[in-house]
Amino acid sequence: MIEILQYDFMVRAFEAGIAIGIVAPLIGMFLVVRRYSLLADTLAHVSFAGVALGLLLKINPILSAIVLSLIASVGIEHLRNSQRLFGESILALFLSGSLALAVIILSLAQGFNANLFSYLFGNISTVSPIDLKITIALAITVFFAVLFLYKELFFVSFDEELARASGLPVKYINLAIVMLAAIAIALSIRIVGVLLIGALMVIPVISAMQYRAGFRTTLLLSVLFSIFSVITGLFAAYYLNLASGGAIVIIALIIFLISVLFTRRP
Amino acid sequence: MPVNTKYIEVDNVSFSYGDTPILENLSFSVKKGDYLGIIGPNGGGKTTLLNIILGLVHPTSGSIKLFGKDRHDFKEKYRIGYVPQRVAQADRTFPATVFEVVRSGRVPRLGFFNNFTKTDTKAVEHAMELSGISKYRDMLIGNLSGGERQRAFIARALAGEPDILILDEPTVGVDIGAQKKFYEFLASLNRDQHLTIIFVSHDVDVISEETNTVLCLNHTLVCHGPSGSLLDEHVLKRLYGEHTKQAIHNHD
Repeated sequence: MIEILQYDFMVRAFEAGIAIGIVAPLIGMFLVVRRYSLLADTLAHVSFAGVALGLLLKINPILSAIVLSLIASVGIEHLRNSQRLFGESILALFLSGSLALAVIILSLAQGFNANLFSYLFGNISTVSPIDLKITIALAITVFFAVLFLYKELFFVSFDEELARASGLPVKYINLAIVMLAAIAIALSIRIVGVLLIGALMVIPVISAMQYRAGFRTTLLLSVLFSIFSVITGLFAAYYLNLASGGAIVIIALIIFLISVLFTRRP
Repeated sequence: MPVNTKYIEVDNVSFSYGDTPILENLSFSVKKGDYLGIIGPNGGGKTTLLNIILGLVHPTSGSIKLFGKDRHDFKEKYRIGYVPQRVAQADRTFPATVFEVVRSGRVPRLGFFNNFTKTDTKAVEHAMELSGISKYRDMLIGNLSGGERQRAFIARALAGEPDILILDEPTVGVDIGAQKKFYEFLASLNRDQHLTIIFVSHDVDVISEETNTVLCLNHTLVCHGPSGSLLDEHVLKRLYGEHTKQAIHNHD
């Protein structure tokens, strides 16, 4: 067995990393094609406020992050449906609001500021056994939700107006996408970090889109790119002592650049 | 169903945005096998009427029956195939093949959690064949020309095996040569496949040449009847204003 896998924390990091590597682009795909990528960053900041709350209340920060981002996702969709604000403005509102909340909580309880860096940029040594169980269970939930709703998610993403006219419950399908994104993002905080999770949801997808294939092929390619980025990034993080989120995203970026060069049209 | 079966019955329907009336006291019906053209000026309420038929907006007053059922009780929405406006300019970067897009037209028939079956695939292949786009099956939808893409979107509507096909300004962004072929294709769907078609356009000539019944709409129903004889100068003035003159322009 290679040295890196002799450590339990690394095995957990790989297991959680692969679970995240699968679900992040699965959800990211639907956000990218709907020009809604910024949602990932917004929900990541909400998750950060959730982590801060969890640390303050001494409950599992992943759980508090999931609960807070689920609440925020319902709020975002509700505001979007009310059409009182532009979609972008709603995201800006939640992004800055939750960051402000996180900062206030962190300054109220200064004891855990040392952990801050790992939540912002990811840290391979922080995935506890209970985190791993939560991550795997919810990643499986997200995976099957996408699988079962695939044809509806595709239809709504490609043509929302027609989906509405055809009697599909578009409002609830949109809510499902946002809530699944909230779960996937909160799960990824440990390994990828708040500031970089948006990148893991978006970069593998736009890399895959360079190959100009159909929807299913693009989705599969983006999952492959994402898993490869996570595994390679975790190796780099371990051997070069880097923040895991940074290493993963740099690998994803390299894949993107190669994809752009490889598919360049004369 | 007998030939004279009414698919759509609009009875005294009005619609207004706040205090602004958009549609006033419309009554008409669409029968099985009709090829109905809806014509009128921009802002005359054509798209609003379609949206009411599709259940996207609710009339302020009046009633609508679809396939003999009140619109509130009508659940089989897949019986109405819809091709929305401006599809020719739809997102060119969306990563989907023609087959994937056409197949999505089956989704309303299937219901949640049901996967596509062989019957669905057959219906999709048949819709692509009818629309003459089988050879583009695995191409990206964004790589098709405006006319080809328009056919793909009609194939998507046909994949659901609808009883009525509704098209809202379907040739916007499609070049003239492709438009002519497109109209022939629609006529063959009506003639050979016995598909009931509702075709919305602002182009008087297209409606009078292509459809067999016309409905002129400018907030109220200006005329309704067989298309050939109906669109005289008097009707056009009521639709488009006093300064309108009929000019012949041929789509050939």
